[in-house]
Amino acid sequence: EFRRFSLERSKPGKFEEFYGLLQHVHKIPNVDVLVGYTDIHGDLLPINNDDNYHKAVSTANPLLRIFIQRKEDADYSAFGTDTMTRKKNVLSNVLRPDNHKKKPHIVISMPQDFRPVSSIIDVDILPETHRRVRLYKYGTDKPLGFYIRDGSSVRVTPHGLEKVPGIFISRLVPGGLAQSTGLLAVNDEVLEVNGIEVSGKSLDQVTDMMIANSRNLIITVRPANQRNNVVRNSRTSGSSGQSTESSLPSSTPNILANFLQGEEESDEEDIIIEDSGEPQQIPKAAPTSESLESLTQIELLRESTQNGFLPSNEMNLNHSAGSISMEYEVQDPDHKSLEEDGTIITL
Amino acid sequence: MRRFLRPGHDPVRERLKRDLFQFNKTVEHGFPHQPSALGYSPFLRLMAIGTRSGAIKLYGAPGVEFMGLHEENNTVMQIHFIPDQCQLVTLLDDNSLHLWSLKQHSGASELREEHRFTLKGPPGSPPSATQVTAVLPHSSREVLYLGTESGNIFVVELPSFRVLEDRTITSEAVLQRVPEDYCNRRSCELVEALREHPKNPDQILIGYSRGLIVLWDLQNNKVTHHFLGSQQLENLYWQRDGSKFISCHYDGSYTQWPVSSDNRHPEPLENFVPYGPFPCKAISKIYWQTTKNGLPYIIFQGGMPRASYGDRHSISVVHGSQQTAFDFTSRVIDFFIIFSSEPTAEFDDPSAMVVLAEEELVVIDLKTAGWPAVHPPYLASLHCSAITCSHHVSNIPLKLWERIISAGSKQNIHYSSMPWPIDGGTNIAPDPPQRDLLLTGHEDGTVRFWDASGVCLHLLYKLSTVRVFLTDADPNDNMNPLGEDEWPPLRKVGTFDPYSDDPRLGIQKIYLCKYSGYLAVAGTAGQVLVMELNDEDAEHVVDHAEADLLQDQEGYRWKGHEKLKTRDGPVRFEAGFQPFVLVQCQPPAVVTSLALHSEWKLVAFGTSHGFGLFDHQQKRLVFVKCTLHPSDQLALEGPLSRVKSLKKSLRQSFRRIRRSRVSGRKRRGGSGNASEVQEANAKFDQDTLQEMELAPVQRKIEARSAEDSFTGFVRTLYFADTFLRDSSRHCPSLWAGTNGGTVYAFCLRVPPAERRMDEPVRAEQAKEIQLMHRAPVVGILVLDGRSNPLPEPLEVAHDLSKSPDMQGSHQLLVVSEEQFKVFTLPKVSSKLKLKLTALEGCRVRKVTVANFGSCKTDDYSENDLAVLTNLGDIQIISLPFLKLQIRYPCIRKEDVSGIASCVFTKYGQGFYLISPSEFERFSLSTKWLVEPRCVVDMPEVTSNNHVHNKSGMENAVRKS
Repeated sequence: EFRRFSLERSKPGKFEEFYGLLQHVHKIPNVDVLVGYTDIHGDLLPINNDDNYHKAVSTANPLLRIFIQRKEDADYSAFGTDTMTRKKNVLSNVLRPDNHKKKPHIVISMPQDFRPVSSIIDVDILPETHRRVRLYKYGTDKPLGFYIRDGSSVRVTPHGLEKVPGIFISRLVPGGLAQSTGLLAVNDEVLEVNGIEVSGKSLDQVTDMMIANSRNLIITVRPANQRNNVVRNSRTSGSSGQSTESSLPSSTPNILANFLQGEEESDEEDIIIEDSGEPQQIPKAAPTSESLESLTQIELLRESTQNGFLPSNEMNLNHSAGSISMEYEVQDPDHKSLEEDGTIITL
Repeated sequence: MRRFLRPGHDPVRERLKRDLFQFNKTVEHGFPHQPSALGYSPFLRLMAIGTRSGAIKLYGAPGVEFMGLHEENNTVMQIHFIPDQCQLVTLLDDNSLHLWSLKQHSGASELREEHRFTLKGPPGSPPSATQVTAVLPHSSREVLYLGTESGNIFVVELPSFRVLEDRTITSEAVLQRVPEDYCNRRSCELVEALREHPKNPDQILIGYSRGLIVLWDLQNNKVTHHFLGSQQLENLYWQRDGSKFISCHYDGSYTQWPVSSDNRHPEPLENFVPYGPFPCKAISKIYWQTTKNGLPYIIFQGGMPRASYGDRHSISVVHGSQQTAFDFTSRVIDFFIIFSSEPTAEFDDPSAMVVLAEEELVVIDLKTAGWPAVHPPYLASLHCSAITCSHHVSNIPLKLWERIISAGSKQNIHYSSMPWPIDGGTNIAPDPPQRDLLLTGHEDGTVRFWDASGVCLHLLYKLSTVRVFLTDADPNDNMNPLGEDEWPPLRKVGTFDPYSDDPRLGIQKIYLCKYSGYLAVAGTAGQVLVMELNDEDAEHVVDHAEADLLQDQEGYRWKGHEKLKTRDGPVRFEAGFQPFVLVQCQPPAVVTSLALHSEWKLVAFGTSHGFGLFDHQQKRLVFVKCTLHPSDQLALEGPLSRVKSLKKSLRQSFRRIRRSRVSGRKRRGGSGNASEVQEANAKFDQDTLQEMELAPVQRKIEARSAEDSFTGFVRTLYFADTFLRDSSRHCPSLWAGTNGGTVYAFCLRVPPAERRMDEPVRAEQAKEIQLMHRAPVVGILVLDGRSNPLPEPLEVAHDLSKSPDMQGSHQLLVVSEEQFKVFTLPKVSSKLKLKLTALEGCRVRKVTVANFGSCKTDDYSENDLAVLTNLGDIQIISLPFLKLQIRYPCIRKEDVSGIASCVFTKYGQGFYLISPSEFERFSLSTKWLVEPRCVVDMPEVTSNNHVHNKSGMENAVRKS
């Protein structure tokens, strides 16, 4: 069935409001739906957040054709593979487009459903001599797998070259996360841990900071090997030790805010078991995941039976996490929330 | 992230913070570590102690304390007060001299270093020429005589330290008129002692180490008397009237010499070896004190028979037929006698002997028959047995305070009733605001109760738990009264006794309820004792219960120490805290956490295996909970196996290296291309060697896992009356936090008082929280509806606290080593957090809620968290919003034992050990500050004496 309604192009509002409007117009207030639109190339693209909603409204010429599918019988392959909308999302920027060309049949879920994996981030705001690496321990049983040591590095200071103490990566454990992602190397100098500079901190302090952040570790390093640096036509050319962050004051807080948000999310992790009964999953309050609840349930059920576990306690959860294959990684993040960051409560 | 780093912007809050918080290290309690020198001023009635780290501490009347520190941090060798002055001179082991004075500044006296000086010889002279061995501050207060290793005596002016070269007393001048044969036998060598004539300030007695003693006339610059001693000299002492002096010697003898104008080469009056005839050790210091009744006191240090008592640290007091050799448990550094210092008095009439031993201060009353010891009001040896834990209780109700003091006084009956003889200065500090107790647990199974209200940390009462147990030490061992004919007449004095009969007796946790007088102590071998204060002696049986913390676990073996054996039948306990029940944890691992709820009559205890709850009213175990992770072998097997396994792994790795070498050689023998293998082998060896040498200190970065060792170790236990199940009914609850970041909550059902004995206490697990960062839980706290911490048990019943707000919703604060987290109750969900480690790389070591009052307004106070980190920093964090208020560096981060020993008080003060025997006291509060504030006034100087001295000096100057 079709509905036609108007929307003010200059003030499209939020996606939430739009979603509510759609449900109202179609008189399906409690039905979860997938929303899509056709872009100028005729591809079917999803609308599920403010960004792609605004994009969709801006492309309307003058009509915006919107498709709504009941989530249960949604055909995911109908959606195109344009990555434009995803690039803005920090969580997914590691997914390279060529991935999809090789396996076009793979089901690609919503951008915010992607499980975050280790990646290089903030390339645009860091000097090219630096690299900011995010190591995600989520969902893998791989150890972080690296060691750090004290050392000294040469800096350019107003008084000429100076040797200053620094912290360096001293060893990578074979098969560990650090080694397998290839993002860190021996003798890389550690400059920051989760946005906090390590200069002036002792080896033990930095160790404690890294371990405390081990679930979502963001390390800014100066790679020992500077040959693989991204070449940008920016004016800063390898002025060591000088961060360009100061010249980009507007973007830095954003990034930090992103970090923070990520942490906040990962922080509802503590497992709470009440009255020593059977623990149950309680959905998180995050509004974005609510819209996909039905999908979650299906995926969850499937995975549960597959692995044959009952999420009764932490140890079990870890075990299941250990037995999951790599393919699973590109699947639903809410499943993962059961394993790691689900708030499990039995009443 | 930024919001934590950014300092607060609110100027009102910033101003309030200044009114609330302030960091000060206020006073050092206890006995100075490694004392090295002792001085006393009879004029100021102040005692000075120098240490090997260059500290100098002055003590007078209780509360009168000063401290100074030499910049050099060198050992203080000698301390000499300038006669009739508020000044003293110290000699360090780098041969530097320092002049300190007590000066008044804004109403209180302060100790300050005024000058420093190092004696310099002529160019080219050996360093020994100016190495100072003896110091004599002349009574004129204008010059200092410095005896040196070369035998020369230099004269320096005070306070400028200008060397008066023309007045140097050279050894040549001294030797001029010494008989030839004596002179040939011995040169002067170093100056051992310099003593001014008690009546004539123009004469000084000079003793050289080889035995020669001369009386030198300062006016005429010549020797008036030669005393040709034949034994190596140790020290000298004048008789009060100046007609005789006494010398003591290396061979354990002392000699009296007459001083008269007619004989310039007098013979000794008497030579005596007090503990002869067999070879004796040196007498290093001697006093000769005259009394009205004619019999002098001879007091000397050492002189014991070398073979049988050579290892004793003794000081002998001889008075007529009475003789006692006081036997100290540690080396005697120095001692002095307090006697009548009135110049007009005819006799010395000694009243007390003050002995500085290496580990304690002992004062002997010489006026009371039997020479009993005097109980010092300060300088307590905290470490008489090593401190294993401490517990602070603020604001003790007067009733309990008096009962503890009364119990303690019954223990102190053998002390002298003499008032403290070192009573110089005036304490002008305000009276302590409240009565505070510091309880220290010791390795020997004792708990000491200290009055920690003021500047003087004073022992009130000592509790021993040993009596409950059967130990190896035979109780009859000490029933060995001194025999009548015992020779030498040794008498043990002092309390320092570092030897523990059994390390399992060690006290690990203490919890005192100040309202009910219930005390729980727990020890190294899993023993938990609950005690009650009883004002009378009593004999009773201690009930005994076992708590098997490994209940459901199978096939584990505890390889650690055994539990302590208990004494059967009734045991006699002296007045004070008397144990009535013993709960023995099984396995008998060290008790790591303890909580007592005196209102509910419950005690909770935890070890590395789990925790339990005991009803000490019904004497019944309520429940136990095993927290052990099945894979945690280390915790299961106990502390000993851990060492063993380390040894084992070391041994194995060595074996592996050896095997690889052996197999390499074998291969070499068998195969043809031996040289190749050899080469490869050599290269391998070299590589591994290089790797070993070059391997830097590195740290592994790894997330914590549930399988880590000691995750079940119970770190904290907490009782709370809160909303655990639903928001309409609150109930008693017990909370436990483990090393692996798990929090358990148990709902308790305590029968009402009238049926307390009839119905059992029930417990049911209500919640379990697993912190995902898995850091050890070091603190659990429930905040009431107004965000105030719940009051202590019985606090409300005693009208000392407002009842907690049970209307608003309660919050749970969990402090791990890495994070502070606030959760809602009864439904536990995370509300607020502060990730300390992620932000700063430091970890929480100690945490307490402290109440801070404003120094500006009396009616404002707030509760904050006082936190000590592993870096030795103290941070104050606001409640309930967890905002960092302020940070102070307090302890060096390398000082692990200092950080481990820290205790906070409820009002923003704290203590930590700066040495095994000393607590540093610090304050974070502007309002509660306990620090010494005292005045030392110059007493009236008898003017005649003064003038006489001065004129004498002037004469001397003119003549020279």
